[in-house]
Amino acid sequence: MAKAFKKRKVDVGSVFLYTFLTGLGLLMLAPLVYMASTAVKPVSELFLFPPRFFPINPTLINFRDLLLITGTSFVPFSRYIFNSVIVTGGIVTLGVLISCMAAYPLAKHDMPFKNTIFSLIVTALMFSPMVLQIPQYLMISQSGLMNTYFAMILPYLAAPIGIFLMIQFLKQIPDSLLESARLDGASEWKILWAIIVPLLKPAIATFALLSFIQAWNDPYPAMMYTTKEELKSLPLAIQSISGGAGVVARVGTSAAASFLMIVPTIIVFIVTQRMVLQTMAHSGLK
Amino acid sequence: MSSNKPTSLPVQRPSPPPYVEVGRWAKLWADIKRNRVSYYLLAPFLLLFTFFTILPILTSIGLSFTYYNIIEAPRFVGLSNYRLLFVDDDIFLKAVGITLKFAFVTGPIGYIMAFLLAWAISQIPQKYRFFYTLCFYTPSITSAVAMSVVWLYLFAGDRKGLFNHWLIELGILDEPYLFLQNVDSIVPVIIIVSLWMSMGIGFLAFLAGLQNVPKELYEAGAIDGVRYRWQELVYITLPAVKPQLLFGAVMQVVFSLQVFDVSMQLVGMPSPLYAGHTILAHLYDYAFIRFEMGYASAIAVVLFFLMLGLNRLIFRFLGGD
Repeated sequence: MAKAFKKRKVDVGSVFLYTFLTGLGLLMLAPLVYMASTAVKPVSELFLFPPRFFPINPTLINFRDLLLITGTSFVPFSRYIFNSVIVTGGIVTLGVLISCMAAYPLAKHDMPFKNTIFSLIVTALMFSPMVLQIPQYLMISQSGLMNTYFAMILPYLAAPIGIFLMIQFLKQIPDSLLESARLDGASEWKILWAIIVPLLKPAIATFALLSFIQAWNDPYPAMMYTTKEELKSLPLAIQSISGGAGVVARVGTSAAASFLMIVPTIIVFIVTQRMVLQTMAHSGLK
Repeated sequence: MSSNKPTSLPVQRPSPPPYVEVGRWAKLWADIKRNRVSYYLLAPFLLLFTFFTILPILTSIGLSFTYYNIIEAPRFVGLSNYRLLFVDDDIFLKAVGITLKFAFVTGPIGYIMAFLLAWAISQIPQKYRFFYTLCFYTPSITSAVAMSVVWLYLFAGDRKGLFNHWLIELGILDEPYLFLQNVDSIVPVIIIVSLWMSMGIGFLAFLAGLQNVPKELYEAGAIDGVRYRWQELVYITLPAVKPQLLFGAVMQVVFSLQVFDVSMQLVGMPSPLYAGHTILAHLYDYAFIRFEMGYASAIAVVLFFLMLGLNRLIFRFLGGD
């Protein structure tokens, strides 16, 4: 932003901007706040009339119920969390690595079949994941990967979304920067690590966040590729515990479960967004 | 995939006219060899991509010409799945209509809203940006399943539903309105909820892209006589974030044609009079309730071509490079 005319326009424009953003922001946040408040409402307040937004006597009883139900099953609750962390961690780290490595040549090198591969990726973006599940299942079971962590990680590593996002960001990076590195004698591998990855941090953070959210919230891999209870993941466990959406008897517990699911995603969001904002401050792109 | 075994490099001499064909292949091979580092970098992705995406897509397309119920082997039935889909399946045609109606409302609104909000946020000082990003983005990291607890309550059809309660208090309504059962209000409710959740990946991409725009561009613009913020937006910002705009648009099309979770969680499956039945809901119905995989694959192929068509349009507007 040019500072010269920012000072002049500070009054009306900024006040309007802040009011608008704050108002809309709070409106967007309201349903979430409501969910959090439902999670701490005692049974006596859940169906109160007239309905209330905030609880009068907040309680942790819903969380206790949730843990009690799972405590009686034969796999400890912490095992689900552990599985989810392993699978999600694997998908995020390996996925980011693979996408970075592949996006760089696709965006910045000129080689045969480049355009073919790129259009294949864009096309794959549009095929509904739901139908791919059956053939994917067949491949996993034929290759003997059933009931391993690999089965829940491998199919999600080559994400067309991530590679497309990174290619679009790489287009913003000037070629001259890479050219000068090459003249200085840097190998392609070196260029990737020393120049591309630092500059790509906003895209990497964005994609890491996205793939974390997807992997964390997705009950399907555990549902399809495992038959053993000790390999199940958190969303699947919570889904089967809370009895599905719309079950009246467990509104509080189900809100508590949803709340527990969302907290890690918010934490990851905060961490990755910090990364994005910080990169801007000292980005090599000037 | 082109592997590069260390065979000897064909000598590149000016090829005589009769061997033009040979020369071209040799040149291609030399090109591939010269770029082998690029292929090494691509290899892990391409391997996984082929195995878990390309092959399944081809399998699905193949299955769409068969009758397949998972238990028996697929039986080839030619085009009959497609004929059934377009000629006899009234519900499918209705689902196409609902999906398109939905996509043409949420698609553009969600896209423009995401960009304008990202732009507005990029206008304010950095230390406040985070709070607003959190406000707008958090809704889309919640899953539809998790949030149905809240929406079902807000839109509940009796007077205990929060909206009904407020509307009655305010005197707008006399009796509770059945938001989730009334055929007229189902699509609008789904649209509202999906708009609420739509500040997704596109919004983040815009936000990050806007911050990558070189500051010099704005300074140069100021010298060249750019006076107002909207001029800055049109002449400097928009061209500079074109790659992200394209990405956001493609994702928006993919997501707005795939609306399903929200609909299933809020109005059930099937919805009253199929009023909230989208293409993907139809697909889910046939794939995972009736286990008619061949028919479901045909639905997926149709959905795929719909997306492809809309994205061709977008590439024409925003593509180029």
